[in-house]
Amino acid sequence: MSKLKKITSRAIKLMDVKKNIRDIGIIAHIDHGKTTMTDSLLTEAGLLSPTIAGRARVLDYLEEEQKRGITIKTANISLLHEEEGEEYLINLIDTPGHVDFTGKVTRALRAIDGAVVVVDAVEEVMVQTETVTRQALNELVKPVLFINKVDRLIKELKLNAEEIQVKLARIIRDFNNLIAVYGEEDQKEKWKVDPAEGTVAFGSALHRWGFTVDIAKKKNVKFSEIIDLYKKEQADGLVDRLPLHEAILTMVVKHLPNPLEAQRYRIPKVWKGEIDSGMGQAMLKVDPEGGTGMVITLTQMDPHAGLVATGRIFSGSVKGGDRVYLVGAKKEYRVQQVAMYMGAFRVPVEKIDAGNIAALLGLDLARAGETLVSADHKDGMVPFESITYVSEPVITIAVEPKRPKELPRLIDVMERLSIEDPNLVTSINKETGEYLLSGMGELHLEIAIKFLREYAGGNLEIITSKPLVVYRESTQSPGAVVMAKSPNKHSKFWIQVEPLDDKTIQMIEKGDLAEQMGRKRMGTALKEAGWPTKEARNIWSLEEHRNILVDMTKGVQYLREVRDMFIAGFRWACQNGPLCDEPIRGLKVKLLDASLHEDPVHRGPAQVMPAARRGLLGSFLSSDPVILEPIYKIGVSVASQWVGEVTSLITRKRGKITASEQKGPLTSITGFLPVSESFGLSADMRSATSGHAFWQTAFDHWDKAPASVSKEVIAETRERRGMSPEIPRASKFIDQT
Amino acid sequence: MAELVFIGLGLHDEQDMSLRGLSEAKEAESVFVELYTSLMSGLQTEKLGRLIGKKVTQVSRRALEDESGTTILQAAMKGKTVFLVPGDPMIATTHIDLRLRAEERGITTRIVHGATIVSAVCGATGLQNYKFGRSVTIPFAYKGCTSDRPYEVIKHNLDDGLHTLCFLDLDVEENRYLTLNEALESLLNIEKKKPKFTISLDTFAVGLARLGSSEQVVKADTVKRLRAHNFGSPPHTLIFPGKLHFMEAEALITLAKAPHRIRNQKR
Ligand SMILES: Nc1nc2c(ncn2[C@@H]2O[C@H](COP(=O)(O)OP(=O)(O)OP(=O)(O)O)[C@@H](O)[C@H]2O)c(=O)[nH]1
Ligand SMILES: [Mg+2]
Repeated sequence: MSKLKKITSRAIKLMDVKKNIRDIGIIAHIDHGKTTMTDSLLTEAGLLSPTIAGRARVLDYLEEEQKRGITIKTANISLLHEEEGEEYLINLIDTPGHVDFTGKVTRALRAIDGAVVVVDAVEEVMVQTETVTRQALNELVKPVLFINKVDRLIKELKLNAEEIQVKLARIIRDFNNLIAVYGEEDQKEKWKVDPAEGTVAFGSALHRWGFTVDIAKKKNVKFSEIIDLYKKEQADGLVDRLPLHEAILTMVVKHLPNPLEAQRYRIPKVWKGEIDSGMGQAMLKVDPEGGTGMVITLTQMDPHAGLVATGRIFSGSVKGGDRVYLVGAKKEYRVQQVAMYMGAFRVPVEKIDAGNIAALLGLDLARAGETLVSADHKDGMVPFESITYVSEPVITIAVEPKRPKELPRLIDVMERLSIEDPNLVTSINKETGEYLLSGMGELHLEIAIKFLREYAGGNLEIITSKPLVVYRESTQSPGAVVMAKSPNKHSKFWIQVEPLDDKTIQMIEKGDLAEQMGRKRMGTALKEAGWPTKEARNIWSLEEHRNILVDMTKGVQYLREVRDMFIAGFRWACQNGPLCDEPIRGLKVKLLDASLHEDPVHRGPAQVMPAARRGLLGSFLSSDPVILEPIYKIGVSVASQWVGEVTSLITRKRGKITASEQKGPLTSITGFLPVSESFGLSADMRSATSGHAFWQTAFDHWDKAPASVSKEVIAETRERRGMSPEIPRASKFIDQT
Repeated sequence: MAELVFIGLGLHDEQDMSLRGLSEAKEAESVFVELYTSLMSGLQTEKLGRLIGKKVTQVSRRALEDESGTTILQAAMKGKTVFLVPGDPMIATTHIDLRLRAEERGITTRIVHGATIVSAVCGATGLQNYKFGRSVTIPFAYKGCTSDRPYEVIKHNLDDGLHTLCFLDLDVEENRYLTLNEALESLLNIEKKKPKFTISLDTFAVGLARLGSSEQVVKADTVKRLRAHNFGSPPHTLIFPGKLHFMEAEALITLAKAPHRIRNQKR
């Protein structure tokens, strides 16, 4: 521990030398070697014994991670690196590669300015390489490339120097293509990687060597020589001549931006407040003396310390005892403790400055995406742009405790889990007794259940259902204009729903339209998207399942006072659709007129919320409601002889093939597959190809379910939820006079 | 014969019901009571039942609003039914919707009136009924926001020299009651947010608690003092007097311990 202390105190000293800080992440496709590579960096930092580096994957400290050999969570560490006589503080986040955990990568990206993208030299650029790189570019996180597992090209594929060159060149070209396609206008040229410039490194994380062209020149090493060494089984010495950490950290220090450089262009992208304001300037300039501005990107429940909120400080500083304000939670707190990460340890420190990643204790309502500001700057603080995820939780399992009296404990741990993992949606319906966990895929849920048991202390027995698919309710045509009264019959609302156009839905998915933009900016965005001015200007609410509430009334007395209640009713209705209690998606709900009781109490929440819901459901049912089912994008990589089997398997399961491309001896097939058809795919794929196919699925989009499927889904879901078999009639929700 | 009689229960306990109300209830085939629109702190359904000599069925807000009082209407179709309501049946929260539905179905309806806070405040304070403006309810905050409406009503009335009777929000089923202190605080907050110089700490008001009971409290003073005063258990009521007639001023001094300087108050 004393060594740790020494390193920590040097790190603290570096915190205000902004130009010597790098906030970076390691991102890649699953298994391409992120964690193994990070081991090497830890060794150099003195945080890990060199003898176990390469095998330990120390950042995979969870038992589940060691057992499965994959990363499940994100891990933060800070380390020191000396380059040309100067010391640098590197705050690093290792991320998981499995598609089910992409949300964690998305959040980590908000905290960092640069990323080392790791690509397996054998597998090359894969689906998930594309997904994470695209997201990094979208967050204005600058990438550099590490081509890993070069040893496999030599030992397994037995390629010669020339063949290796061809393969490496193809990886670089494909990677630069991603930057060209997904990079923002200002960066798509500047950020292309080039070995000659030192933005690409090659090596083997397992054998802990690596180099950039520059280093190779300096040390006078040639590829052919490395190949020879492997052939003669003398590659052991490479780690001393070309230590991997040197290649990676040199690349990071020289080519990834420091916070001063990065925040200048990242702040206007992730924060839409007034840039000339005090907070705006402080964040733009990474000013440690300005008001504190921080974004929370990770929250964990520590059994002893309570909630640990980790994030990036863009301006000001945070000390224990500071008064801070959470903009989303609208709550003020006193920070109990400030800490930084060293290896797997959280080390308490006195203070952390702008430009760094910090862990804070004592903010029990902090959630990923939350904006933190010093309490004296809370007035008018604009929150950071919301973090938009590429994937949605589309698979659900029902859980219940074996012993009913343990229900409160189960609910407790479910809540803890959903705080830590915002992509895991828990829904607790006390009325129907349904306790649901929804996640990105089967692995995500399997791990979630493991955590539930672990958090509960091991002796909580949980019964789980088989995985179920999550559906959405939507419509394809406008509903009738309906009138709905409040329960006391003293207020009336006229409401109509219609399908939300695809373009608007896309804007929401891309984060170009979000509630925290405020009414004005949403209005401008929608007008540009072709909405009539009158509608665009009057957006009341944008609900999480892509439903929009528009106020189209004119001069209704007291309307302003019931606005929030009406919005709450709108949200409530959208959460539970009338077809089978699944969320409603893609609806434009128009409030056309209202007539309200004179006294505020007779038009309080208990009156307005049910009326809003009634009218929405009435109009929705009078339209042409449909069930939407989630569709996976599927990528299969298989030897050419099995292509026929794979194709027919996917088509048999109501899937579609969209592309098929020859890549050396393998063919890569991509297509779409309904999530409901994906259960048991592993076994089917194995038997169809004798286990020769590598494949993965990730949520892609929602699509209207065929009539037969939707009928079945409605019937089954209603029965499971103890609802009457009949879908209610629209007239049940409509008042006549 | 299909008949539905609305009977006002008055202010405090079962003793406040009129003799006519009692005999109508005794004759009825079905007796319902609702206790959610206002709090009668001394009333218990069992005591009512004993007094009437019949089973008294309490109906929830849910039954009346979400199910539109169907149970009551069905009973009234079968035979004489009485519906007991705190205060005077059509005042605080009106049950007019139920009455209209009943008439629509051919049920004869009648009202037996009871004492209500609306008239009781005149008795308790000496303020004259003629000089009250619009009344208003001060609601619980919803998501941290309170309605501006009460403030606007009070301002309007004061500008016209009229008194304002403010009911305080309550949720009997959840046992939540807005106190005088909270109500004053919420009005002061609105003043702070959008000052229109209507309500300050020096504004003169009257706080009333548990009218009609033996623990009735009536206190006229500045907002500052009322805010600091403990009025005890609910229900509470608040009045902002407008321009005072000299008799009103004397009555407030005598009945509500108002400071003597209100005699020369100008508005
Ligand atoms: N031959 C060889 N194997 C490697 C190399 N780097 C990593 N591996 C192996 O690849 C597997 C995956 O490595 P990890 O470091 O866990 O990969 P990761 O990218 O962190 O994986 P996730 O976090 O689960 O996405 C392990 O079995 C490693 O030993 C390498 O350079 N050469
Ligand atoms: Mg890993």
